[in-house]
Amino acid sequence: MHPFDYLRPRGLAEAIDAFRASPDARWLAGGQTLIPTLKLRLASPALLIDLRDVPGLGGIRVEADRVVIGAMATHAEVAASPELRPALPALATLAGGIGDRQVRNMGTLGGSIAACDPAADHPAALLALGAEIRTDRRALSADDFFLGMFETALEPDEVVTSVAVPRPRAAAYARIGNPASRYALAGVFVARFDGAVRVAVTGAAPAVFRADAIERALSADFSPAALDGIAIDPFGLNEDMHASAEYRAHLIGVLARRAVSETEI
Amino acid sequence: MRIALSVNGREVVAEVEPRTLLVTLLRERLALTGTHVGCDTGQCGACTVHLDGRAVKSCMVLAAQADGRHVTTVEGLADGDTLHPMQQAFREHHALQCGFCTPGMVMAALDLGAEASDVRDGLDGNLCRCTGYQGIVEAVMAARSRADAPV
Ligand code: FES
Ligand code: FES
Repeated sequence: MHPFDYLRPRGLAEAIDAFRASPDARWLAGGQTLIPTLKLRLASPALLIDLRDVPGLGGIRVEADRVVIGAMATHAEVAASPELRPALPALATLAGGIGDRQVRNMGTLGGSIAACDPAADHPAALLALGAEIRTDRRALSADDFFLGMFETALEPDEVVTSVAVPRPRAAAYARIGNPASRYALAGVFVARFDGAVRVAVTGAAPAVFRADAIERALSADFSPAALDGIAIDPFGLNEDMHASAEYRAHLIGVLARRAVSETEI
Repeated sequence: MRIALSVNGREVVAEVEPRTLLVTLLRERLALTGTHVGCDTGQCGACTVHLDGRAVKSCMVLAAQADGRHVTTVEGLADGDTLHPMQQAFREHHALQCGFCTPGMVMAALDLGAEASDVRDGLDGNLCRCTGYQGIVEAVMAARSRADAPV
């Protein structure tokens, strides 16, 4: 790691002031993406601003029609929350499958979506569920938030404070993980609302995306068989040493069917 | 920067560079070499310690992130010459050969909690090059079934 300064402010205003005053600052949440990135010297910020002591960024609150999750809630907290699981079991299951136990104890939901790794799990859930992402200055829909590989609509000095996730009628997430990195080779989150089905795919393309054809088919008939005639175009999908674009396209279909047959609630 | 934390119940104050990893602080500054470094890339789990009671990989945590918090390493488990029940179970069930993964396995196993139904799943952040895992799983299950084990 290249040297950097470290700051742990006790308020959001103070944190943002410090960020703006530095030529090259980075936010630190749980660090489970950032610290390995620093160790590989893929990033060399001058300053890390740790958000741990900023009040108001944690907690999980279940409301009648949505769940509000603080940005600094860890994956382990999301997975184990006794309030969240009955309200949104698919999200609890997804969080409990991220990385490994140790990573889930440090890694946070806000960190995961702000980093926007193409194979991260949370972006699929938030996009499929039509979540609202709240920051220190505005609220963004998930459709407007995830822009590309490691790229979100966040300004550099902007901090995710919480996400508000609508409660669907039913939802499920199915993924195939790379056994070494544990990142998704492909993951499909299916969310069924009254009148609409939303489906988001992670791991398969440079960024999380909605699978329109699958959404249309499932909106007409919410069953695995509804997807039988649907072929996913591999054009533009990721191609690497782990899987070809064709294989990922195939997985999307398999995982979508699996998710539909496993929907919870 | 100056950090102050509790390590195995002892108050520690240290002057560190912000880029110092928690595992480096433990091994090189505090001479707590029971915490091992197997991969340094977050894969193997040999560096697992508890931070405020939860298992974390200390090669993926900055010492600065542990400032003001409680760290427990494998050295903090035994009560004098009496092994912790999880350590004792590893010994009884032939859960180690070279022992390199063992401190991390023990610390990870102690964070599984009663709700973790599947020990194999719960330990998937820890790699062992020797045992084939069967003895480890048996040891963890034995320790969890013991009434006196605080797991
Ligand atoms: S040394 Fe930390 S995970 Fe391997
Ligand atoms: S006993 Fe040798 S690595 Fe596990």
